[in-house]
Amino acid sequence: MTGYDALLAETVRIQGHAGDQLPAYLARPLNPGPYGGVVVIHHMPGYDEPTKEITRRFGVSGFAAICPNLHWREAPGASPDDAAAATRAAGGVPDERLVGDVDGAAAYLKSLTSANGKIGVIGYCSGGRQALLAACSLPLDAAVDCYGAFVVGQPPQGMPRGMQPIVGLAPNLSCPLLGLFGADDTHPSPDETAELEKVLATHGKTYEFHTYEGAGHAFFAVNRPAYRPEAATDGWQKILDWFGRYLSA
Amino acid sequence: MCTYLTEKIEISGSGKGRDGWFRLSDATVYFDHSMHAQAGHTLNIDFLNPGQGPSARVAVELTAGSARALAEAILTTLATAPPDLVDS
Repeated sequence: MTGYDALLAETVRIQGHAGDQLPAYLARPLNPGPYGGVVVIHHMPGYDEPTKEITRRFGVSGFAAICPNLHWREAPGASPDDAAAATRAAGGVPDERLVGDVDGAAAYLKSLTSANGKIGVIGYCSGGRQALLAACSLPLDAAVDCYGAFVVGQPPQGMPRGMQPIVGLAPNLSCPLLGLFGADDTHPSPDETAELEKVLATHGKTYEFHTYEGAGHAFFAVNRPAYRPEAATDGWQKILDWFGRYLSA
Repeated sequence: MCTYLTEKIEISGSGKGRDGWFRLSDATVYFDHSMHAQAGHTLNIDFLNPGQGPSARVAVELTAGSARALAEAILTTLATAPPDLVDS
C-alpha cells in the first residue's frame, strides 16, 4: 500500500508586481506537509498546457508549485498564444515586473499552511534567464536555469525594453543554481554557459551545470521536434534531486 | 531560443480569424519558436487589430524557406498585377 498521493491542481489568484492581481496555476499535494514550494516561470510562447503539465509534475513530486500568468496584463482572458503575441507586440515581459510577479508567487506559496518556508524557481528558455534573474533579485533557496539565453554576451540590436544580459547580477545570486543545457544549442552556446560558470565560481557561488550531448535548445519540450527523451529524463531527475536537496526543511 | 526581435508595421486590410472577418491594423513579424508548426523556429506573422483585443488575430507560422517563397510570390503578384488596380 503506497502513501497518500492525492493532488490538487487549480487556477488561483495571486498578488504580483505593483499589487496587480493575476491568475496562477497551482499544483500541490493534498497531504498536510510541510513541503517546499516551486515557482515555475513559463516560456515566451505562454502560460500554456505543457507548462501547466510541468507544474503538475512538481505537485506530483511533493512540492507546492505555482506558475503565474506573466502575460495576463497584456491580454486578460485570452488564449495562451494570443496573450503571448500581445505581450510580444508590447515589448515582452519587463525584467522588473517578472521579479515582482515571482516575488508574489513565492509569497503565496509561503502563505500555504503546508509550507516549510523554502522556495525554488525554475524556468525554461526565456524562463531560464528569468529564473536566474529572480534568483539574483530575491531571497530564494534554489534555482534551475534550463537553457536560458541572453545571460552573457551582447544582445542583438533591437532587444526589447529592459532585457539585457544579466551576468552582472551574478554576485547577488541568493541560492544554489542548477543549469541544464544542450551541447548543440547556440543560444546559449557551451562557450556562453562556460563563461557564466566562471563568473559564478569567481564569486564563490554554489552551482552545478550539465550540458547534454545530442541535445539542443528546448530539449525538455515534449511537443516539439527538439525533445530529447534521454536528456529530458536525466534532466528531470537532476531537477527533482536539486529541489529535494535544497527545499527540504 | 526565444529571439525577442520583432518587426512591427501598420497595415490596412482584413483578415479572417476565429470569429470571422475583421479589419486589420497591425502586423508583427518575428522568427521564433512556433506554437503549432513542427519546427524549432519559424517565421511567424500575426495579423492584428489591437483595438479589438488580443484574440483579433490571424497567425501563421512558416519555415524560413516557405516564408521566402511567400515573400517572392507576394512581390511577383504585385509586380504583375495591372498597375491601375494596385493601390499603394
